[in-house]
Amino acid sequence: MAESILSLDSKDKKNMPLEYTTEEGDLRIVGFWIFLAAELVLFGTLFASYLVMQSHTAGGPTARDLFKINPVMAETIILLVSSFTCGLGTLELRRHNTKGLIAWLVVTVILGFAFIGLEANEFYSYAVHEGAPISRSAFLSGFFILLGTHGAHVSLGIVWVTSIIIQLAQRGITAVTARKAFMVGLYWHFLDVVWIFIFTAVYLTGLVI
Amino acid sequence: MQNITNFLSHFFVTGDPMIYGADASIALASIGIVVVLTYFKKWKWLWDEWLTSVDHKRIGIMYIIAALLMLFRGGVDALMMRTQLALPNMHFLNAEHYNQVFTTHGTIMIIFVAMPFIFGLMNIAVPLQIGARDVAFPFLNALSFWLFFFGAMLFNLSFVIGGSPDAGWSSYAPFAGAELNPGVGQNYYLIGVQISGIGSLATGINFLVTILKMRAPGMTLFKMPMFTWSILITSVIVIFAFPAFTVALALMTIDRLFGAHFFTIAAGGSPMLWANLFWFWGHPEVYIVLLPVFGIFSEVIATFAHKTLFGYVVMVWSMIAISFLSFITWLHHFFTMGNTAPVNAFFSISTMLIAIPTGVKIFNWLFTLNRGRIEFTTPMLWALAFIPNFTIGGVTGVMLAMAPADYQYHNSYFLVAHFHSTLIAGTVFGIFCGLHYWWPKMFGYLLNEKLGKWSFWVFMISFNICFMPMYFLGLMGMTRRMYTYPAGLGWGPINFIITIGAFGMGLGFIIMALNIVWSAIHGKKDTTGDPWDGRTLEWSTASPAPEYNFAHIPTVSTRDAFEAMKEEKREGRTKPQLPFKPIHMPNNSGIPFIMGGFMFVAGFGFVFEWFWMGIPGLLGVVACMIARSFVYNDHHHIPADEIERIERAAGRLS
Amino acid sequence: MMKTFKMKGLAALVPLLVLLTGCSDKIAVLNPQGPVAREQYHLIVWSLIMMSLVLAIVLIIFIYVLVRFGRKNNKGYDPNNTGNRKLEIIWLIVPVVICILLAVPTVRTLYALNDPPKATAKAPASLHSNAMTIDVTSVDWKWLFRYPGQNIETVNYVVIPAGIPVNFRLHAYDAMNAFWVPELGGQQYTMTDMSMHLWLQADKPGTYAGRSSNYSGQGFADMTFNVLAKSASDFDSWVSDVKKNQPALTMNKYMQLLKPDNVKPMTFSSYPKELEKNLNKAQMEGKQTGKSTDNSMPGMNMSGNNGKGGYNP
Repeated sequence: MAESILSLDSKDKKNMPLEYTTEEGDLRIVGFWIFLAAELVLFGTLFASYLVMQSHTAGGPTARDLFKINPVMAETIILLVSSFTCGLGTLELRRHNTKGLIAWLVVTVILGFAFIGLEANEFYSYAVHEGAPISRSAFLSGFFILLGTHGAHVSLGIVWVTSIIIQLAQRGITAVTARKAFMVGLYWHFLDVVWIFIFTAVYLTGLVI
Repeated sequence: MQNITNFLSHFFVTGDPMIYGADASIALASIGIVVVLTYFKKWKWLWDEWLTSVDHKRIGIMYIIAALLMLFRGGVDALMMRTQLALPNMHFLNAEHYNQVFTTHGTIMIIFVAMPFIFGLMNIAVPLQIGARDVAFPFLNALSFWLFFFGAMLFNLSFVIGGSPDAGWSSYAPFAGAELNPGVGQNYYLIGVQISGIGSLATGINFLVTILKMRAPGMTLFKMPMFTWSILITSVIVIFAFPAFTVALALMTIDRLFGAHFFTIAAGGSPMLWANLFWFWGHPEVYIVLLPVFGIFSEVIATFAHKTLFGYVVMVWSMIAISFLSFITWLHHFFTMGNTAPVNAFFSISTMLIAIPTGVKIFNWLFTLNRGRIEFTTPMLWALAFIPNFTIGGVTGVMLAMAPADYQYHNSYFLVAHFHSTLIAGTVFGIFCGLHYWWPKMFGYLLNEKLGKWSFWVFMISFNICFMPMYFLGLMGMTRRMYTYPAGLGWGPINFIITIGAFGMGLGFIIMALNIVWSAIHGKKDTTGDPWDGRTLEWSTASPAPEYNFAHIPTVSTRDAFEAMKEEKREGRTKPQLPFKPIHMPNNSGIPFIMGGFMFVAGFGFVFEWFWMGIPGLLGVVACMIARSFVYNDHHHIPADEIERIERAAGRLS
Repeated sequence: MMKTFKMKGLAALVPLLVLLTGCSDKIAVLNPQGPVAREQYHLIVWSLIMMSLVLAIVLIIFIYVLVRFGRKNNKGYDPNNTGNRKLEIIWLIVPVVICILLAVPTVRTLYALNDPPKATAKAPASLHSNAMTIDVTSVDWKWLFRYPGQNIETVNYVVIPAGIPVNFRLHAYDAMNAFWVPELGGQQYTMTDMSMHLWLQADKPGTYAGRSSNYSGQGFADMTFNVLAKSASDFDSWVSDVKKNQPALTMNKYMQLLKPDNVKPMTFSSYPKELEKNLNKAQMEGKQTGKSTDNSMPGMNMSGNNGKGGYNP
């Protein structure tokens, strides 16, 4: 048994989930949580900027003029369900069921694509049909960038999940792939939480106020 | 043809002999480096040993080399400004050039000197201080470095291609927006700083995990060396402050490139939002470059007073208090932006509060010296000079914190003097201190003490000649960022003295550079690994430390762990030599360098709004990430007999 | 030993204090010529005294420790001297007390500066009241002063009656600048997205130098103006002289002034009513091109006539 580059750690690893069994996996998961904290600050800043800008419509369309509840509800439900399927994937991971894990991750990716498609369609209709592109007003700048950042995260998440599906297919569930699948799950749930804030702070308040 | 010449004359900065000079020297230096590397057949060595290295010690050295080069450039900028201001109505630089020079001076000194220098020192010292074999994420560490490096290169490229930014390092909107500031200069600032900022955030995460999870057995949080504590707290600040800056820079980039209206005058944009976002990062940033040097001074003062740090626990809590307060003081950078009296009162008081933990730390250092056996080595001189000089910066900071008085100091040379008093007497003295202190650990030989002391005295005295008069200049009404001033206001003689001081600091830096060259040839070898009679674990291994740092991970029972080990040895209690086991180490990787290169290409494309170049660059970055995800074979073992061989060669086996 | 150092330290402080609280009229901030600057001056001097005290204490301990323990083989070496609860509490409490001693006058001054200073002279007849209002607009790289009560406009200099509080309403046409007349009082920013107020008053007639203190680009260093404080009668005759002898500011001329450059001081006997809207660059250009893209910035645009800026009496 080789000494790890890490400090000696005599914790009993036997009863831990697979992704925590190596010290490296343990470190990476802690690091990833911290990364998510930084992401939280990033989105917090974007939310703050959006809320400052919300009323700065410069005579252009307001939130009320633009937002329609149906597509937004569809996006919300799809993303929430994708978070659920991703969670089911983690459950399969715990049961060491490679096929089940892959299947749920594939469903998650498909739902992710559906979400991105709907969002892209929403953006397109605002920018082209409603005469409300990013350059129209500070409010729209804030809107497109807050949601666009979230959308870009989801898109990157799709690429990431896909690469992990391939790795799972190649290698099955090992300590390393388990850690990767677990981390991408955390990321996906995080984006779901951000969306809930977007739904509340952007769409609901936008439709009400 | 006409089109091409036209394009080229805009692409390359033309019309200034100084810039042609810079062009020529950059070209000559590049050719020189290529020739030397080729002649000595060192390309492979450079790639294998350095560019692809994930070893924290090598990355630290690369950070420091880059930071020293940037310090040279930022220093030349400073001297150009001081030459222009030496006399009233000078015509050494015109307004346009002066504006670019002070912008690049500020940006480079903060983002590309102070931060990377500190990152370099912490890369070298922290894993060794906590008895670890590397950082938590060695690959990410290399990536952080290359992002910083290519971000810095992109920023510096503006000098010869396209034109430098000229909106000040704080780049206030709306002046920094596309309408009032067209051209690519400001894009260079936004994108260059952005790229290196992503690297900084990754470093913050990396070191937080390293310190939290990888300490040697027995080293509880309150047994860590003070420098490690300072880096732990700094990492937390980095993690919470940098995302805000990332957003601010991105929003302004989007304003400039895609016509959004975050900070514009038109369509409801809010220039005040920029000031808020910038300083929400900018104020914690001050502590990102100050807390680590507090840590360095703590180490150095304890070492050369030959005493444990006085009031260790209070020292730690003071830093935690400072880090918390640093997030609720940002508004003091714009008391004059029309805030209501209660708001200004709150931020006045929160700013003053920072003086309390800082004052506590000053007294703790003084009382560490008290009843000590003070040894005046070069690193100690820097640490000692810090105390009075930084106190001057600190007390003027309290004066600036008083909002109604700040109405009279704001943006004047009083402010300039204040922040140079803190950033030079704090950060610069600190990084020079750390450089001399850890130099033997980095290279295995000591810097020359005599030259070191000369550079210290010249630099420190010149610093005071340069910045003390600035306080008066500010009270006389001279504001920062003026490229010239009329005669007859009484400002001329003071400015002349300041310029003399500035050149004196340049001389001090040259002596230090000489010292580095001289010592590289004649420097005293450090054969023991413990040249200063150190107290912390980095001195318990060889100088320079082997790739795996420690043949055996040390076990810690007290603060100043190495001092305790030496004590045990003196008392004759030696532990039996354990057999060596193979050590598991991360493989080198070329991906960080290549990914940084793609970032550079992408950044350059976006600077010129050439999306055909920017987008493929970004795709290259994503491709690198995917490629890395598929690398499974990323570790190797150092066999036991090789460890034994290395240890024997370093004279560490009896 | 300790005592002699203390004495020396205090002795060294005396000339420093004399210099700082000083007499030189070149040091504008320490040479207040009006009630606002004087309030700030008092605060500055008070903080200087407190801070000199702090610095002195640190220096005394520093020098004492170095002299005493910097010798080789000094007798007092004690590696176990690593903490002292009593001392640590003292140097926690003393800075707290100092902070309180500084915070109280800070907050008091902050609120006091919200109110106009008390007039010390009789108001000129052309003022029609006991206070004067002047609209200040920073334009790259010049200062425009509009006198709504007198219907006068001046460029790069401003005339005020001495001894009368003047309410400067600060606007920016393009870049952010700061309006600073150090001898009369501290600065405030001029901004496009929020207009602000600054009360200033000159004790006696005289000329006081002012400048922009927030960097705004190429012509920034020359963005200076003089404040001419005049007695009541001089002020009245200046107003009537301007009315008689100076040209009117036309919209055309005004548009020329809005171009970025440095200009000489100018005087106009009247200005177009349009100017009272304090349009910024985007609003003005929107008007010129005929599409009004931007008039509403709810919650931010406080440039209305009775001004509800944040820094507001």
